[in-house]
Amino acid sequence: MNEVVKVGMADLKVIAEYGILTTLGLGSCVGIALYDKTTKIAGLAHIMLPSSKLIKNNQNKAKFADTAVELLLEIMTDMKASKRHITAKIAGGAQMFSFKEKASELLNIGERNVLATIETLNQHNIPIIAQDTGGSYGRTIELYAENGILIVKTIGHGIKTL
Amino acid sequence: MHFSFNELNSLHLDVLKEIGTIGAGNAATSLSKLLNKRIDMNVPEIKIAEFKEIENILGSADTIVTGVYLEFSGKIKGNALFLLDTISAKNLVSLLLGTERYDESKEKPCTDFTELEVSAIEEIGNILISSYLNAISSFTGLSVKPTVPYFACDMLGAILSVPLIQYGQTSDKALFIETEFVNGCDRVKSHFIVIPDIESYTIILESLGVI
Repeated sequence: MNEVVKVGMADLKVIAEYGILTTLGLGSCVGIALYDKTTKIAGLAHIMLPSSKLIKNNQNKAKFADTAVELLLEIMTDMKASKRHITAKIAGGAQMFSFKEKASELLNIGERNVLATIETLNQHNIPIIAQDTGGSYGRTIELYAENGILIVKTIGHGIKTL
Repeated sequence: MHFSFNELNSLHLDVLKEIGTIGAGNAATSLSKLLNKRIDMNVPEIKIAEFKEIENILGSADTIVTGVYLEFSGKIKGNALFLLDTISAKNLVSLLLGTERYDESKEKPCTDFTELEVSAIEEIGNILISSYLNAISSFTGLSVKPTVPYFACDMLGAILSVPLIQYGQTSDKALFIETEFVNGCDRVKSHFIVIPDIESYTIILESLGVI
């Protein structure tokens, strides 16, 4: 039986060999799924903001793209995952409301989260092998530790297997 | 003054709850007049939670909801959400427009809303949130200006991510004032959530002389 481990908003978890990591209702946030197929170690982060550097209150590492990737890699390599085998799949970064009125900073927060995630993964030389980002709809994602498959579920926009 | 949620005592929370009651009372009256129906509301609750716990508080993050979101600025800043389950949204629209009632058994519980339905829901959200904010503004003497409303029908977590990301820049927790409006016989159930930004709590509490 596959155990399901929930990852909340601004949260991250790592599991190994079997089980499912899931995060529900990703909106403008981004889900970062890292997987090492040689050790079957899977990590999932649900980040809210692009960078910890511009923000004073940055103790929660899982909240930011840059620190969440670092922390995930740290935990995974501590569990004997090999960094050169780790690959990434990312999903989320939608723009939930079509703001017509003003160029709110929130306008493109989803897009900025995606760009920051890609940049951080590039810095760590983690290849992004699949991506389902943008749009104006929410996503629920499931990462299977057994094989690294990432299922992306939406409302009215189908189900994808990455 | 720097403000953190840990410094809130029970007096502060009671004051915030009272503000929520005044705002929600005004909003419920507006809704009742608009629909010419009786609207019941519960006593507002003040909820403080870490982001990762929020989905357990408001319902599962993958629940489908219809929401109207707007931001407000002025002396008090923040954002407000008016959330309905999809059936309630459909029922509310038919009450307002006098159209035929949505039949759950025949039609699929859809996320499709016509342009007219979307504007009707946006307008209801707008009226409710504005009457709520008006009441708070006259009670505290602080100016509040709402922006135009935005509509979305999607997963609860995805919709909530919009106001919470704003919060995330300054805090790991969010404080929100939540009220439930119910019209029993027409099966309309809605949640009303107001999330002032962190500085605004200090301003509100100061304006009322409690800090």
